[in-house]
Amino acid sequence: MTTTPIGAAARPETATAMLDVRGLKKVYEGRGRTVEAVRDLTFTVGSGELVCIVGPSGAGKTTLLRCIAGLLDCTSGEVVLEGEKVTGPPPGMAVVFQEYGRSLFPWMTVRQNVELPLKEKKVPKAERRRLVQEALEAVGLSEAQDAHPFQLSGGMQQRVAIARAVAYEPHLLLMDEPFAAVDAQTRADLEDLVRSLWKRLGVTVLFVTHDIDEAVYLGRRVIVLSSSPTVVLEEVTVDLPDERDQLTTRSLPRFAELRGHVYELVQQAKSGHRPAS
Amino acid sequence: MDAGRKILLLLAVPVLLIAAWWAATAGSTNFFWPPLAQIAGTFGETWFTGRFTADVLPSLARLLVGYLAAVVLGVGLGTAIGSSRTLRGLLEPVLEFFRAIPSPVLVPILMLFAGIGNEMKVLVIVSGCVWPVLLNTVEGVRALDEVLRDTARCYRLRRRSRLIHLVLRGASPQIAAGARQALSIGIILMVISEMFAASNGVGFTIIQFQRSFAIPQMWTGIIMLGLIGIVLSLIFRVVEARLLSWYTGLRMSQREG
Repeated sequence: MTTTPIGAAARPETATAMLDVRGLKKVYEGRGRTVEAVRDLTFTVGSGELVCIVGPSGAGKTTLLRCIAGLLDCTSGEVVLEGEKVTGPPPGMAVVFQEYGRSLFPWMTVRQNVELPLKEKKVPKAERRRLVQEALEAVGLSEAQDAHPFQLSGGMQQRVAIARAVAYEPHLLLMDEPFAAVDAQTRADLEDLVRSLWKRLGVTVLFVTHDIDEAVYLGRRVIVLSSSPTVVLEEVTVDLPDERDQLTTRSLPRFAELRGHVYELVQQAKSGHRPAS
Repeated sequence: MDAGRKILLLLAVPVLLIAAWWAATAGSTNFFWPPLAQIAGTFGETWFTGRFTADVLPSLARLLVGYLAAVVLGVGLGTAIGSSRTLRGLLEPVLEFFRAIPSPVLVPILMLFAGIGNEMKVLVIVSGCVWPVLLNTVEGVRALDEVLRDTARCYRLRRRSRLIHLVLRGASPQIAAGARQALSIGIILMVISEMFAASNGVGFTIIQFQRSFAIPQMWTGIIMLGLIGIVLSLIFRVVEARLLSWYTGLRMSQREG
């Protein structure tokens, strides 16, 4: 590859905090009924890290992600991104949603979908074209530029969403169970795509999933959440080699150990176990 | 299906109906039911010796102005109402009330305010056409996908782009449905507004023919209205197909998948 990779930046070895979640609490106020979804979440994601958040279903993962993305106001506590308190969707952040079919603009072509956020950022035209081209090449979709999203398979649609996020050159990339709705083989490909993009671009990735294997395979660190009202159950450091691939990494004994450990934690979370505080 | 077969199917029923009409009235001596042959014979001289520019075009101009004003007004108000819960709560009962009033009854009232000129007729058309556009736009804007809204927020789309790229495009299938209904209402109101008080127009001409017992000519007027309706709906379909090609494709892919 001769072109410079998009947003290439040297990954700082000493990780400074990109994202700081402090005492986050979210209570939904309904009619005569309040639901405490998230009780007290505190964690940090360093610059250039790839952190996975895993927890049982209904653990408030999506609530947490929406609070971080500034789509939802938290009841108390705060989210700090690059030193700025998040009060609305911050610049320098991109989100890939689980519902790829609903997050792409169906009336736009693939290229227009990727280009729109760049237009909003007032990126000059030539630069825009280069970013779109490179992002689509990076996800292997440069042939499908003029197609509409509905003409593509589910996995390809999610690739478009990833390309859009990548072209945006975010500092923080949030991914909300992005591969939960694609088939197993596509999922493996997309996991490798996320790993390779992360390594190439130096972007910080926060990846929410309910899939334990996926979390261990992808992350440098896995944050395990308790069931709702949510607190952090444990942070597991994934000390697997940095070069990962579906076959060898997944058959490492250490992978099995880590996977088993996270699995136990999630089982504990399901049965309502909470850390002694 | 090949093109020939398609055209054949398309024309089969109209041809049959015309044939039936032709046969049923062929030897008619009834003054009010002249033979179709006679009606067809007078069509050309009735409409294309000056009446097309004197009556048909003014009618169409009023329809066009009223209809477009109603679409702009309906989409504008509908977007505002659809985007705001407060506005919806405030206006919904009032909207239901006004929608329930048949526009033709407004003609005498509007005549008091706007006279009997073009303004009155355009107002009548607007007052009838605006409702389907307005209500469908409200529904379309409300039904916008949550994930798509979130996406637009995350990528910090500005108000203007959000309105154009998200809200209006997203609601466009419903807006088109409303605009289609409004078009047929518009044609009806165009005729009715000309029947009350007018000095030209297709509706006015038909009434004139009826009152002067020019029965075959009266029938040609009705046929003329039908033809106007067909042409306008064809134009509408062409425009709609262009603007909503993505929607047709989306629906087809959803049906297969």
